Amino acid sequence: MNIDNIKKEFPIFNNKVHNNDLVYLDSANSSQKPKAVVDRIYDFYTKEFSNVGRSVHYLAVAATNLYENTRVSVQKYLNAKDKDEIVFTKGATEAINLVANTFGQKYLKEGDEVLITELEHHSNYVPWHYLRKSKGIKIEFAEINNDGEITLENLKKKITSKTKIIAVTHISNVTGAILPIKEITELAHSKNIPVLVDGCQGAPHLKLDMQDLDCDFYAISCHKMYGPTGLGILYAKKNWLEELPPYQGGGGMIREVKKEGISYGDLPNKYEAGTMATAQVIAFNESIKFLEKIGIKNIVSHEKELMEYGLEVLKKNNSVKIIGNPKNKGSVISFTIEGVHPHDIATILDEDGVAIRAGHHCCQILHEKLGLAATARASLGVYNVKNDIDQLNDSINKCKKIFDLK
Amino acid sequence: MNLKELYQEIILDHGKNPRNLKSISHYNKDAKGYNPLCGDKVHIYLKLNNNMKIEDISFEGSGCAISMASASIMTELFKGKEENDVKEIVSDFLDMIKEKPELSTNKLKEDEKTKLMCLSGVKQYPMRVKCATLSWHTLTSAMNNNKEDVNTENVKI
Repeated sequence: MNIDNIKKEFPIFNNKVHNNDLVYLDSANSSQKPKAVVDRIYDFYTKEFSNVGRSVHYLAVAATNLYENTRVSVQKYLNAKDKDEIVFTKGATEAINLVANTFGQKYLKEGDEVLITELEHHSNYVPWHYLRKSKGIKIEFAEINNDGEITLENLKKKITSKTKIIAVTHISNVTGAILPIKEITELAHSKNIPVLVDGCQGAPHLKLDMQDLDCDFYAISCHKMYGPTGLGILYAKKNWLEELPPYQGGGGMIREVKKEGISYGDLPNKYEAGTMATAQVIAFNESIKFLEKIGIKNIVSHEKELMEYGLEVLKKNNSVKIIGNPKNKGSVISFTIEGVHPHDIATILDEDGVAIRAGHHCCQILHEKLGLAATARASLGVYNVKNDIDQLNDSINKCKKIFDLK
Repeated sequence: MNLKELYQEIILDHGKNPRNLKSISHYNKDAKGYNPLCGDKVHIYLKLNNNMKIEDISFEGSGCAISMASASIMTELFKGKEENDVKEIVSDFLDMIKEKPELSTNKLKEDEKTKLMCLSGVKQYPMRVKCATLSWHTLTSAMNNNKEDVNTENVKI
């Protein structure tokens, strides 16, 4: 599959936005979907639909196999040791909530500390905050440096004898900083502290190898990975999934139910209560195939080249200020324009078909630290081309013209 | 969609150089408003005299051109008006931003109506309506002596 022609695989680009070609620069928010993924959902519902893991009829068996095939594909894609280490959830948010809830229930008590960072998305802060309320735990924040990075040193400063778990993002969805996960894991494990990684921005844009990263938990958002909405993945080392209590109770996750008591099912069913997002799981296999066909190495180099081009172009543009300057940066470019509020930027860009995000990007802690109420953010996906960056820059210039800036 | 209608000269002018953007120490009513989706904040100060006339009005805050212009135009318009008339105008303005094509109150002069209608361009941008209405909801809260901060996610528009 040729990366230069990849836009053709995405039907959304056949449509016009305000009579313009769509320049989609909001992939950190959610990615567009290849036709194969969309078709797979249609085909499953029209030709193969049944609930999984329950009935013994033909369709049920076939659907169960398809569902489990995705689990194996994900396992291979992540280089996880065992397919039972892959748990489907309704999103990365639920994956983190699952860990915070079950880990918190079993292992955390008053005064214990959870170490996160100032870069975290609300989904890797709020679930831990509940434990602050219910268990009296403390949440510590590793501080960013002037470049918007989290260094190993800054993280180390906040580790104490009370730190019980470290939960960090793989890539900041605002500054783009890529965190040194392998080093963080090594450091944490030397102190017997488990590590959860919010992989929302990492999974679509980096080569992943769970055995190499050695983290204990890794949360993935499938809709950011060219997959359907309503689906996330929790990778967790098998011993954790065996040790931790179940998250939600219901059908499918039990072994035996009696009036006097209940025993729970084996992995991975223990964490998949109720009817899951079946069609989405099955269609997500197509997303994995899509990524594999292009090759993650090609995706990484394509996005890196574009990001560097974007930085080069925008840095030349007076009055555009890039937020953060990490040495190791993922494909998001957050910026402000002196004198134009990010929401005004986003509305004006939209008129030209340029889709960006404006606001705090669910990172209020970071924005407060940066002294900004909001930023504008252009984020890249596999389908972006240099022309998209040029159009972004042209539309920014239009913005400046409307607001009478030089 | 018409960008020119949204970013009219008067909006850009008030957005860049908001009038009455300051705190006043002699206020007797005030309220804070917040739009959690975009982080816009506003604090409205009111000084009512014994005849319930607005003797002074000002605001502090930060936000996009639409929200700053809306607060600026609003405060400029209401200085010297009676509180009861202001309540009627606010409700008429919010109706106009929501659904009605025109303002119908007789508490405004034609030139005042024309000025307010400059904000009507926001109707075509549903995601931006709250930018225009934040300060108006906050003013209502101040006039009604509500203790709780306005949160645009909890009001109808």
